[in-house]
This record gives sequence, C-alpha cells and structure tokens, in this order.
Amino acid sequence: MWPRRHALRALGASLALPALTPALAQFRVEIGGTGMTQIPIVLGRFRDEDRQPQSISAIVRADLERSGIFKVVDGVAPVDENGTPDYNALKARGADWVAAGSAARLADGRIDVRFRLWDVVKGADQGGQSEPTLPVDLRMSAHHVSDQIYQKVTGQRGVFSTRIAYVTKAPGKFTLRITDADGENIQAALIDNQPIISPSWSPDGGELAYVTFHDKKAKVVIRNVRTGATREVAAFKGSNSAPAFSPDGRTMAVTLSKDGGSHVFLMDRNGGNVRRFTDSTGIDTEARFSPDGGSVYFVSDRGGGPQIYRQSVGGGGATRVTFNGAYNISPALSPDGKLLAYISRGNGFKVMVMDLATNEVRSVSDTNDDESPSFAPNGRYIIYATKSDGRDVLMTTTVDGKFKSKLLESGLDIREPVWGPFGR
Amino acid sequence: MIKNSGKMLLVAASVAFMAGCASTKLDKPVEVEKKDVTTTTTTQQTDPNAGKSTVATTDQSTKLNAPITLDRVIYFDFDSYAVKDEFRPIVEAHANLLKQSSGAKEVAEGHTDERGGSEYNLALGQKRAEAVVQQMKVLGVGDSQLEAVSYGKERPAVDGHDEAAWAKNRRVELRSK
Repeated sequence: MWPRRHALRALGASLALPALTPALAQFRVEIGGTGMTQIPIVLGRFRDEDRQPQSISAIVRADLERSGIFKVVDGVAPVDENGTPDYNALKARGADWVAAGSAARLADGRIDVRFRLWDVVKGADQGGQSEPTLPVDLRMSAHHVSDQIYQKVTGQRGVFSTRIAYVTKAPGKFTLRITDADGENIQAALIDNQPIISPSWSPDGGELAYVTFHDKKAKVVIRNVRTGATREVAAFKGSNSAPAFSPDGRTMAVTLSKDGGSHVFLMDRNGGNVRRFTDSTGIDTEARFSPDGGSVYFVSDRGGGPQIYRQSVGGGGATRVTFNGAYNISPALSPDGKLLAYISRGNGFKVMVMDLATNEVRSVSDTNDDESPSFAPNGRYIIYATKSDGRDVLMTTTVDGKFKSKLLESGLDIREPVWGPFGR
Repeated sequence: MIKNSGKMLLVAASVAFMAGCASTKLDKPVEVEKKDVTTTTTTQQTDPNAGKSTVATTDQSTKLNAPITLDRVIYFDFDSYAVKDEFRPIVEAHANLLKQSSGAKEVAEGHTDERGGSEYNLALGQKRAEAVVQQMKVLGVGDSQLEAVSYGKERPAVDGHDEAAWAKNRRVELRSK
C-alpha cells in the first residue's frame, strides 16, 4: 500500500504546480515526457465490444495513456463489470487499479456501455456506471468511461469527452473544425474561401464565436455548434475581432476599430450595449475573462511592444502582468485563475506559463513556432499549435511541461486550437 | 476591363494611370502584381490618348519616379506604420480620385508578414490601413468614403518564409468598394 500512496503524492505534487525547472525533455514523436510518476492500471477488453463499431477498450486505453497519468500494464481483468478481480495476481503484475466492462446491444438498438473500477491495493470495488448510448455516440461513451476512471483515481475531472475547435488552412480553403479531445471524430463546422480566426467557445459549449472574413473584412459571428445557425454580433466599420465570452456567458469582449485604433469593448452576447473597455491610444486586443469574471486580461502595446495586462471589469486602470521579453501575446487563463499561459517571442515563439501568485514564469514547450495556448477545462493540460519536423501539429502538454502528446498532425496549416468546456 | 459606369466616370475624370488602379482585380495578390506591371506599361503607351485629364502629367511623373511600385499597394518597413515618401503619390492619386467623385468609396486593407499571432497582427495591419486612411483624410477625402480594415497575416501576397517574402506582405492594398 505504501508504495502506491507515495506514488500518488508525488504525482499530486508534480501536477499541483511547478517545481520549477524548464522542461528539458527532448520532444518525442508521439507521446513524450519525463519525471512523471504513472499509475499502473490493467484494462480488460469490454465484453461484446467486438460486435460494436468501435473498440471501447482501445479508446479508453488511448485516453488513459495520452493523459500521461496512467500506464496501462498487462494483466488479467475480470471478464466484465460483474466479475471479480484476482487481486493477488494483479498485484504481482504491479497493477494498482483494474477496470472491466461490457458493451451489449439493447433491444432498442442502443449499446449499453458498462464498466467497473477496482482498487487493487485496497482490494475494493470502486463502483462503475451504465450508459446506454446510440451507436453514433459510442466514442463519447467510451470517453465518459475514461473520465470516470480518471476522476475516481485522481480526484479530478477528466477531459476525455470534451472537444477542441481549431482552424485548418489549405490554399484558398479555410475550415473551422471540431475534434474529440483524442484527435478523433473530426468534423468540419465551417468551410470558407476566406480566412477564419479566433474561435472561442461559449461557457456551455453550445456555441462558437469566431472571426470571419467572408464579407471582405473581419466580423464576429456566433455559431450554434449543433444546428449551424449563425448570427453576426459585431460588424462595425473597420475590423471586428478577438471574441471572448464571460464565464456566465452573458457578456462578450471583442476588439473593435470602429473609433480608430484597436480597442477592447464589452457587449451583451447578442451584440447590444457596446461599451469601450480599454482606454490606451495604442493597440489593445486578445481579451480573456478571468474565470471569476471579475477582470479581463488582454494584450496591449501601450508600453511599446505587446505585453499582457489585467483590468478590472468594474473599472480602474490596467496593470501590466508580463515583464519578461519584448513580445508577449495570446493570454489564456487556467480554470482556477491561478495560471496564465501565453506566447512569448524570444528565439522563436514559445508557450510560457506564469504562476500569477508568484510571477514565476516557465517555458513548457520544446518547439519554437508555438501559437494559441488554451487550457483544458480541468486545468491540467494546455493545447497549442506549433511546428514539429516541419509539419503543423496540435500539441498538448501538462501545465508543468513534463508530458507532451501530439494530438493532430497535418500537411495543412493547423491553427488556433481552443479547448471546449466540460459537459458533453 | 471596366465593370461599371461609376468606375468609367471616375476613370474618365481621372489621371491616366488611375484607370489601371480602378480596374485591377484583387482576387489573387500574386497575380495582381503581374497584372499591374502589364497595366503600367499599357498606361504609359495609352497616355497620350488620355490627355483629357488635367492632372495627368503630375500623377504620371510621380508614377515614373516609382516604377517598381504597384498602383494600389503601399509597402511598409518591418514593425512600421509610416507611409514612406515613395508611396505618397499612390495615396495622393487615390485621394484625388475620391475627391473628384463624392460617391466613390475605397477600402484600405492592411496586411502583415507571417510572424506573430493572428490577432495582434490583425491589429498591426489595421494600424497600417488607418495610417493610409488618415493621410487621405488630411488630403481632403471625406470620412464616409474610406474604411480601414485588416487581414493581419491571413492573406499574404507572396508565399515564403524569408525577408523577401515578408517585405512583399507588409502592405496596405487600396481597393474600390
């Protein structure tokens, strides 16, 4: 028992935050990282999964391994969620946990995805769940199994069933895409011959705001992800860009040039009640609300080069947040509001993470063309776009920079990833 | 070449080389450059026939002072928003065009090179476009005739990842609206 609890403590420490050495680990092709203690788990095949369109255990296994927290080890699991583990045999394999389940088709055509998790060290049933699902949603149900395992073991919510929006660029063709958090089930939401930038999820995950150039200038549009219905919310004279929702979903921050210059404005989510928020004579853009909704982080060149500032929604002046380097852009706040990720230009463009309590800054990437960092809703991962071996990729990293995973790779330009909220 | 009567009127009332500007298609920036080179040649050849315009000589001479530049594209130095002197004739020519036809409208589209974030570059391109618009306003063009917009780094004129390409992409394009 002691060894595992020890391991969990070590894990908790490394996740909780930054024992601050820059990530020196060499970037590996698919999944890479050092220094993280991984939790050994045995994962059985799901009974009847071979009769279904997707292998649930394969999806769950990939989820758990991609998280960086689990190591899936060989061992014999119960035949399904109703079985009984051989704890001694599992301990001999070095497993701390074991999961098993089934995927039987119901009379109505749905598939009943069931699983159970056991704590091998305690020799205890940790519960499970049953989720009858349509065949088309089978991948999502598999991700729900992964989320449950992650939460029961770590105490934190999993993000396997969340989605990520991003933009691809081919010659003359721009596509706003949405993928599952494992890089599978990619769907095109919008295809245009004009650029699309700055996708931003509504807090409930039902809508995406983005900037379209379809009408030969930048306008802000909100799209219902499920129905595809769109509404234009900012189309003033000049450019309209950089949309961000407030945490309660009622207010949006946007960058408008209607009065000359580029400044941050706040408005209702329907586009009404537009009022200027930032007051510099320079460029102010890329606004992001703090998770408590009380302040807005944004990029401004009021001091010369672009730096990140914070300003209270209630009023008052802006406070400069970033000081290292001459060019810091694209702020993203962790869901607990404690960390700020951004892009810093030095030798290339790199994702940095600042602890807002201590102002300590760490580089978390091994690449030099990083763009658009975005936190996972559980705050444990950051996704960003970069180049690896000359190809465009979407990478995820743990917030300490120790464990990285390549989510997507393409010969196309892949840009502007933004991680969606919990709740699907 | 001329698509509508409004443009024809403008061209008739305008300097000779402006005819090339007003009718240039903007779909593909790289091709536009080639077209403009051709247009410049044509304009020079047909110039005697366009002698109705009283300001033709002035504009043409300034044009000849900057033979490499494009009629409607203004290039910028790295990290700069200042309209260089060599491009002032283009700004003045477009300003004259607009002043002669109060119903005409133009858009100044700002662009940046590929380096940096998309939103910050959008703001930088906006700043370039507004610098050009501001000059035209100083020259007497009405606010309602002008709009400054930006594509940031999204629509490079030239593909490539070196200074030669970047220099071609840091630009403002003037187009009729």
